[in-house]
Amino acid sequence: MIKLGVAIIIVSHSNKIAEGLKELILQMAKENVKVEAVGGIGSDSKALGSDPLKIKENIMKMSSEDGIALVCDFGSTILSAKAVLKMLPEELRKKVVILDTPLVEGAFTAAIEASTGASLEEVVKSAEEARSFHKF
Amino acid sequence: MLQFLSSNDFLKIILKIRNVIAENKDYLAALDAAIGDADHGINMERGFDSVADQLGVVDVNSSDVGVILMTTSTALLENVGGAAGPLYGMFFMNMANVCSGKNIVDSETLARMFEAGLESLREIGGGTIPNDKTMVDTLFPVVEGMKKAVNLKLELVETLKLASDAAEKGMNSTKDMIAKRGRASYLGERSRGHIDPGAASSYLIIKTIYQYVSGQA
Repeated sequence: MIKLGVAIIIVSHSNKIAEGLKELILQMAKENVKVEAVGGIGSDSKALGSDPLKIKENIMKMSSEDGIALVCDFGSTILSAKAVLKMLPEELRKKVVILDTPLVEGAFTAAIEASTGASLEEVVKSAEEARSFHKF
Repeated sequence: MLQFLSSNDFLKIILKIRNVIAENKDYLAALDAAIGDADHGINMERGFDSVADQLGVVDVNSSDVGVILMTTSTALLENVGGAAGPLYGMFFMNMANVCSGKNIVDSETLARMFEAGLESLREIGGGTIPNDKTMVDTLFPVVEGMKKAVNLKLELVETLKLASDAAEKGMNSTKDMIAKRGRASYLGERSRGHIDPGAASSYLIIKTIYQYVSGQA
């Protein structure tokens, strides 16, 4: 049983990217963090795109967590995430943040930080530092 | 001539918009191929097909205008890929919120609905303004035109004529603009010379409403 903390929602145009990244970061974070993946549109999620209502559904599922960090790929996934923020009840919206960070590095860093029991602010700070990561 | 639009009118208008979008799928795709990823036509068609499916199970006689537009919003949010999904989805959602519980809508309410819809686009777009080469270039003058028409106490059909003319002009004005939003913005100067596909689909929507109200379609 994972204690309450900051949950991560990965949002990509592609269901495969979102699910693959979820698998990767859960392994890296030794499963000490809650991660959900949202990607693709339509009933089978096969077409590329992001469905704000699916993002909302996942946020509602994790509404009892201390915080929820959304990490998106680019373009319309950001618009979808922003659209969802407008649909959330005030209290819940306060603990949801869209991370301004690259998808893979940002999700990875956020998950590692969250797995240590860090606060939402700490998760946001670490994840956004991933913007300046060098590969070598 | 119509003075009000009922739930049934909105249902018919939305279904006409679906047909117009389908007829213009290739046109929208061609506009998007020039400066985007060529998927606006197919995305919009897919979205409005699903709108038609979802409206097909709505009992229009017991639904207010808000229900019709909220159903439209949900189907677009769930089924349109690309930026058009959240943008049009939130546009229709904000419109629906203004007319929730209303069985008929007059010019004044319609103007407020479009204003609320435009506001949501600008907000989730991160403060989109006219001249960014987006849907806002079509819809901003539409809202201005409608407000003007309401102040002049024009008939509904005249209000929509003004809106449709403003939309066409707004859409055409995007041709000479450099894109500042979305994928097209990466093209910089090369985005000039093409009408924005979102501005074009927005014009088609407004034109269809005008044609319905004026009895042309």
